[in-house]
Amino acid sequence: MTINLRNIGMFVLMVGLIALVGMLQSWSVAFAILNLCLISAIMSLGINIQWGYGGLLNFGVMGFAALGGLAGVLVSMPPVSEAWSAGGNGVILALAIAIATIIAATLSYIKLRNRGTYRLIVTGLIVVVGYFATRWFMDPAVDAIEAVDSARTGYLGGLGLPILFSWIIGGLFAAAAAWVVGKIALGLREDYLAIATLGISEIIVAMLKNEDWLTRGVKNVNGIPRPVLYEVDIQKSDFFLKIAADWNMSIVDLSSIVVKLSYASLFLIVLLFILWLSEKALHSPWGRMMRAIRDNETAAEAMGKDVTWRYLQIFILGSAVIGIAGAMLMTLDGQFTPASYQPLRYTFLIWVMVIVGGSGNNWGSILGGFVIWFFWVEAEPLGLWLMDVITAGMSEDNALRIHLLQSAAHMRLMTMGIVLLLVLRFTPRGLIPER
Amino acid sequence: MENLFNAIVLIANYLVIPGMTYGCQLALGALGVTLVFGILRFSNFAHGETMAFGTTIAILTTWWLQSAGVSLGPLPTALLTLPIAILAAIVLCLGTDKLVYRFYRSKKSDPVIFLIASLGVMFFYNGLVRFIIGPKDQVFTDGDRFLITAREFKQITGLNEGLAIKTTQAITVVAAVMIVAALFWFLNKTRSGKSMRAYSDNEDLALLSGINPDRVVMIAWILSAALATIAGTLYGLDKSFKPFTYLQILLPIFASAIVGGLGNPLGAIAGGFVVAFSEVSVTFAYKKFLTYLVPESWAPEGLVQLLSTDYKFAVSFVILVLVLLIKPTGLFGRQSS
Repeated sequence: MTINLRNIGMFVLMVGLIALVGMLQSWSVAFAILNLCLISAIMSLGINIQWGYGGLLNFGVMGFAALGGLAGVLVSMPPVSEAWSAGGNGVILALAIAIATIIAATLSYIKLRNRGTYRLIVTGLIVVVGYFATRWFMDPAVDAIEAVDSARTGYLGGLGLPILFSWIIGGLFAAAAAWVVGKIALGLREDYLAIATLGISEIIVAMLKNEDWLTRGVKNVNGIPRPVLYEVDIQKSDFFLKIAADWNMSIVDLSSIVVKLSYASLFLIVLLFILWLSEKALHSPWGRMMRAIRDNETAAEAMGKDVTWRYLQIFILGSAVIGIAGAMLMTLDGQFTPASYQPLRYTFLIWVMVIVGGSGNNWGSILGGFVIWFFWVEAEPLGLWLMDVITAGMSEDNALRIHLLQSAAHMRLMTMGIVLLLVLRFTPRGLIPER
Repeated sequence: MENLFNAIVLIANYLVIPGMTYGCQLALGALGVTLVFGILRFSNFAHGETMAFGTTIAILTTWWLQSAGVSLGPLPTALLTLPIAILAAIVLCLGTDKLVYRFYRSKKSDPVIFLIASLGVMFFYNGLVRFIIGPKDQVFTDGDRFLITAREFKQITGLNEGLAIKTTQAITVVAAVMIVAALFWFLNKTRSGKSMRAYSDNEDLALLSGINPDRVVMIAWILSAALATIAGTLYGLDKSFKPFTYLQILLPIFASAIVGGLGNPLGAIAGGFVVAFSEVSVTFAYKKFLTYLVPESWAPEGLVQLLSTDYKFAVSFVILVLVLLIKPTGLFGRQSS
């Protein structure tokens, strides 16, 4: 690996920008930005694996990130035993029937390939019967579960394990979902794949919003256990009180910074590990094969590469990385709010990161994640400042001035659009191009 | 017998009329997407935001007309503002094409690049709309609310169930029929329309026979912007205007266009209705309907609802995925590309 001063310079500049926020605004804000930059970087690494290595247009980032969040709930929250005894068996039975239905329908669809209408009728019949059988067992069980102390629980709860496990489980959830999605949608290319994955991610989020027995739906799951210290404990500890006194800081500020720094170090470890794996993979024969498939599918297939399986593989790997990031994000938030998953923030913004950073280059995606998240957050104060300067000559109660100041928050969307279009036009290979 | 009529009226009121209206809105949106796909060969992710922009201009002009004391009587004033809103949307789309897409056309870039560029445009429009009108709900419907209210219908027919038709629903259907008729007349009878279809079917042959590609692209954007504005305004009149919903409605619109076969205008219309009616009928509670039809002792206990209403948007995607799996070219076939 050659040392490239330009690239190092850009990373130094990025760190400098965050430090500048620390000095001008507050260190708490700076570290909050840093934490989300790290998570965004991991998500864009995931997309880079799919798009940069293999040319797959996955617009389902939101769904995989949400599955990671679900893993956090299922791993870390304590189980609700009353709910399990009320409807646990019913739900398990219903899920078993649902899975059996899907398998039977798939089998009949494949086995009856040459039987024309007969095939559709049999498959349709299996689906309809299976659907009503599932509902027959599911509905009473779900009602029973949701009736258990619905203000506090009303769901099955989780396993009560440490939240850090959920990062792995979140990756596995996303990988499993990606296997199913990939089996369905990878026959499609480009526009169709993009829209199909976008749609599937909407379905995933719709399920998380509405299956209250599993996720509490829009009632949210709060108070998810943390992997790091709580501010309250830090404020009581003599060790930190002494440091605060020595550094002449308020203990409240110090505790908030310590918590954010501990998150940041955990995230950094994950990011570096995934980056190391991705770099290894990219420069291995496997990575060269993937890029060969991306650049010329037909030629790669003629060379005896199993293109379909490789696409599926890369789709699963990339989605798993996104799932891990989703679980990390949920850990940082400390709550699971299905309604907060929006395609603009979770899918399209991540895509802006990858394109701006440089698709096909892992370092580029990381830089893109940092730069875009930084400006996503800072566009608002910058926009407000800009509007203030522009309208400085107007009087305080000028209608235009008030409107402009109020609308400054929407500058971030326009900024993102303009940044993406400018990069795509003038440096289409991104800030750090593929080598 | 009366029960049968009651059941029919119930279905008409809660399923057929809302489905028709929504289907018309989706069809108009999907036509815009499909026209751009046919000519420029990419899925325009900024289409939903174009709808929002057109509607924004329509709302602002409506407010201005209202303050000037202009009104259409029983009809919403917004209909008067459509020409101005369409003009604004056309200017926006042609400007975007000149600044963004033309460059990639001249370089003969991959369709994926166009798609990603349209994401950037989407972000920009998204901000622009919120910058102009803010993220909040805006109600701009005026005139008579109902063509016929449920109570009037009950009085006239003496049935238990009422049938209400909102003015906006009637306008949506009438406007959609007129616009689709005009569009197909344009595509099938005029020289420009024929050249568009030729270009969409086979670009090389069309160029060879002297069709001006810039002109075809320009017409495609003009039509797409006009359709987007009309669809957006009708949707806004019928529901209410909120910038966020126009990103949400983009997804069912794509589903409609793909279900009908991308690039196929007739398919886009059919796709719109397929998606709309499946959304409405899958989330409809059939309990009351069945109660009218079967003897009292057979009446169902539950709501008899296939999926809860919250899954409305998910339904369109299940259909989309099913169609892509079973017939990837869409129900009506897609042009070769």
